[in-house]
Amino acid sequence: MLDQIKLETTNPGATSTALLPGTMTPANPKITARNVSVFYEQKQALFDVDLDVMPNEVLSLIGPSGCGKSSLLRCFNRMNDTIDVCRVTGNITLDGQDIYDRSIDVVELRARVGMVFQKPNPFPKSIFENVAYGPRIHGMTKDRDELEELVVSSLKRAGLFDEVADRLQDSGTSLSGGQQQRLCIARAIATRPEILLMDEPASALDPIATSIIEELIDELRQNYAIVIVTHSMQQAARVSQKTAFFHMGKLIEKGETEQIFTNPVDAKTQDYITGRIG
Amino acid sequence: MTDFFDSPANKSSLHTGMEARERLRARYRAEWMFKALGLGAIGVSVGFLLFLFTTIFMQGWPAFTHNFVALPLELNAQTLGDEGVISEESLSGADYDAIVRTAIREQFPEVSGRTAKRTLSGLISPGAPVLLREALLADPERRNAPNAITLPLSDFADLYLKGQISRSTYRTGEGELAIEVSETGVLISGADLAAGLESSGADGKISLSREMPSLLLYAGGGVFKLETLEGNLATARILSPLDAGETTKALDWQVRLIEVPEANRKFSDREIVWTDKLVERQLVQAKFNTLFFTRGASREPEMAGILGAVVGTALTLVVTLGLSFPLGVAAAVYLEEFAPRNRLTALVEVNINNLAAVPSIVFGLLGLAVFLTFFGMPRSAPLVGGMVLALMTLPTIIIASRAALRAVPPSIREAALGIGASKMQVVVHHVLPLAMPGILTGTIIGMAQALGETAPLLMIGMVAFVVDIPGGFTDPATVLPVQIFMWADFPEPAFQQRTSAAIMVLLAFLVVMNALAVVLRKQFERRW
Amino acid sequence: MPKTPSPHIVQSYEDELAELVRLISEMGGMVELAIVNSTMALVRVDHELARQVAGDDKKVDDLQRLIDEKAVSMIARRQPMAADLRRIVASIHVATDLERIGDMAKNISRRTLRMSDKRMAAQLYSGVKHMSEMVLGQINKALDTVTSNDVEACARIVKADDEVDALYMSLFREFLTYMMEDPRNITDCTHLLFCAKNLERAGDHATNIAEAAYYVQTGGNLPADLEAGLIELS
Repeated sequence: MLDQIKLETTNPGATSTALLPGTMTPANPKITARNVSVFYEQKQALFDVDLDVMPNEVLSLIGPSGCGKSSLLRCFNRMNDTIDVCRVTGNITLDGQDIYDRSIDVVELRARVGMVFQKPNPFPKSIFENVAYGPRIHGMTKDRDELEELVVSSLKRAGLFDEVADRLQDSGTSLSGGQQQRLCIARAIATRPEILLMDEPASALDPIATSIIEELIDELRQNYAIVIVTHSMQQAARVSQKTAFFHMGKLIEKGETEQIFTNPVDAKTQDYITGRIG
Repeated sequence: MTDFFDSPANKSSLHTGMEARERLRARYRAEWMFKALGLGAIGVSVGFLLFLFTTIFMQGWPAFTHNFVALPLELNAQTLGDEGVISEESLSGADYDAIVRTAIREQFPEVSGRTAKRTLSGLISPGAPVLLREALLADPERRNAPNAITLPLSDFADLYLKGQISRSTYRTGEGELAIEVSETGVLISGADLAAGLESSGADGKISLSREMPSLLLYAGGGVFKLETLEGNLATARILSPLDAGETTKALDWQVRLIEVPEANRKFSDREIVWTDKLVERQLVQAKFNTLFFTRGASREPEMAGILGAVVGTALTLVVTLGLSFPLGVAAAVYLEEFAPRNRLTALVEVNINNLAAVPSIVFGLLGLAVFLTFFGMPRSAPLVGGMVLALMTLPTIIIASRAALRAVPPSIREAALGIGASKMQVVVHHVLPLAMPGILTGTIIGMAQALGETAPLLMIGMVAFVVDIPGGFTDPATVLPVQIFMWADFPEPAFQQRTSAAIMVLLAFLVVMNALAVVLRKQFERRW
Repeated sequence: MPKTPSPHIVQSYEDELAELVRLISEMGGMVELAIVNSTMALVRVDHELARQVAGDDKKVDDLQRLIDEKAVSMIARRQPMAADLRRIVASIHVATDLERIGDMAKNISRRTLRMSDKRMAAQLYSGVKHMSEMVLGQINKALDTVTSNDVEACARIVKADDEVDALYMSLFREFLTYMMEDPRNITDCTHLLFCAKNLERAGDHATNIAEAAYYVQTGGNLPADLEAGLIELS
């Protein structure tokens, strides 16, 4: 137990690794979801999900296609609002504040909760403009120098700066797939969010680019809470501290990644991650 | 299922056997047929297009040049001045008709008689005095070089010089001719002038009427129109007198056969001879027809130009573009990005699509009923025409813009939303710029449609005969297609040429517009 | 979790896992035979049989290497998760344990060859023989747990190891007494004692196998209390 305490103080990212799955953690969760259900017209896509996202931790959401994991992810920054027929019930809080409350402005929320999408989707503008767009629309910088500094530091943070330092005015779409995805990450972190949502960020990338992104996720964990949806069991196992398994819109199991991938409690989880006919 | 795949029968020959070869051949045959059909379709349409263009080009091309005559005009204080003093006022009030008339008559002093003189004056365009006045008012100094001022020939003289009145064949005669001019007529003897002429009468006497091809004899510096022929004897009428005396003997003579009978043309033998004389004296020059591009409508073909119609078109299109582009794009953006999906918007959508299919004349009726009758706006005005055409173009622009907006990948919208851009920012910063090439294409297609539209404009009176170049949006004006429509109705052959020429100009406008669309699109695409 | 899991979607993966279990069983059979034969050679002073046992150990080693290779290749190619991962990792452990048991049998055979031809008191042999049977039973039951999913059986095996240990202690005292009676017996008795010790070690490995089987089934370790014999099984 003494080791554990020492570990906690030296490595803030591992605060809860020793805690048993499913129990409440002492640190304050960044996001809490309670009884969250998502409906598309009459069809219910997500059933009463309870989930916490802890600071400085990567939570991966896994499950077969159409299990509702992306729907949940998109609840966290209210991207579901853009879909007319989508309805969300239940309670989601960010730092204790209900994000579906009237007092919360969705634009502000999305600045606080960044998102990286499955397909790299840089704007068809220059690399610089891509990263500068967020800070610009939020009026985060006072002058050009400050903006440039923010762009450069975001690109550095995303591990892309060295590769594009001499061609910041080139189009963002001229980069390779992996670079584009890192550009998207740089763009997302340029608005200084508190949480990063990633929807299968490496599904379209080659293994090297994937590794770079995964390393990046691990580094970003120092400053952000990260929620990542992935179809790759290995990726979830590699990058995340917590894992939640969804099936048919229900949260089947959540817990330490290590435990989920070596000794899942639920048979459905077991079948899914070992590739059995469930 | 497993049975089907596991059956070993003919497995090796399944895709290589004779039957398979035959199937493959049939497939290639079908493919070849399909390609051939496609190529054929393209060939047919290209053929029709080429035929159309060639016809228009062949017909319209001569209209771009016109024959002008440089007469030694009497431009002096006597003719131009007011009691011998030339002033701006006197220049503007001078009798240019008389000046031109005198100048042409001086060329042919032998012409006498009122009818003949009038016919002679008719060789020069009735618009010539107007042009002369304009030229002198613009630069009074030009009166010092009267030979440098060229005046347009009349439309028929011009057509004759372009070889469009009739074909002529010449025969050089042999032997000596005796020509005797007397009170009753001209008697010619010495050679069989009818040689080679097919229709000879039963008794060997040929009487040449106005319904028969004309035979002109060129001899001794004079021109004679043959009237009767009988062996070596012929009677004739003088078209142009002999150089000297009343009788002469000529060794060099020519007979000219003009195939179209005089009765079937609007350009008599006499006029032909006079025109030839003018050419002989090197007074006539074919020049680029600037009048066609610098003048408005006119009843005289040689004076009729498209400038009025072009300006009217430009003004109309400016109104159309100014109204339909912002309205159309705004409507498309609202419907595509902001409008909730419900019955009302569905209804609006259906109606927009229906509107695109409404016959254009209906828009004309609407314009007549609403803009003219209800709001009392001016008739024949580009403003009203533009508004009507804008109504007609709106659905096209809305539909094209919506398609362009829908083609913008949703990932771009998500990316911007994910950063925290507001809906408006997403549209203005990302979606609209990306959709712009498509929107512009749609707009230009709509504009091209509007450019070629006639029917709705007829309803609001833009078919009026407007001589003046419109100077503003509320001046009476006409547009190119309506001008073409009107010219096509005029009987003069020179107007037929101008119709084709105007069509060529219209086509050129369309090509330029499309090129502009392509250039704009390329420009945008390069930037993004 | 005594539920039979549903089969894998990828049939060849399923086949490979089954093959791994089969190889473990095969190896278990060989090892069991080696223990039986080595004990028999010891008791009957049958040098021929002893040599055969010592020689056959090579096959066990080969089989262990084969299982290792298969397990490693499956980890590399299939990226096993959860229960599959545990089974494959446990297979490596079990194979190692079985190989060690094989080594024990070989050791016994070698000692048999080194001992004098003279037979000792029958009661000494009977003790070793009894112990051999007991260990054999342990190994047998442990191998059963590898395939059966019986969590309680695992615990019983671990518990039963105490009896083997107790038997070894009594044999130890017996040999000690015997050696004190006649110092000339010391050499052979020591050899026999080591043989008994080898059997006891084999029993320990059987426990390890049972523990591995328990890990495969539950993903956890046997409760430490149970291992220490502090709690009784129902």
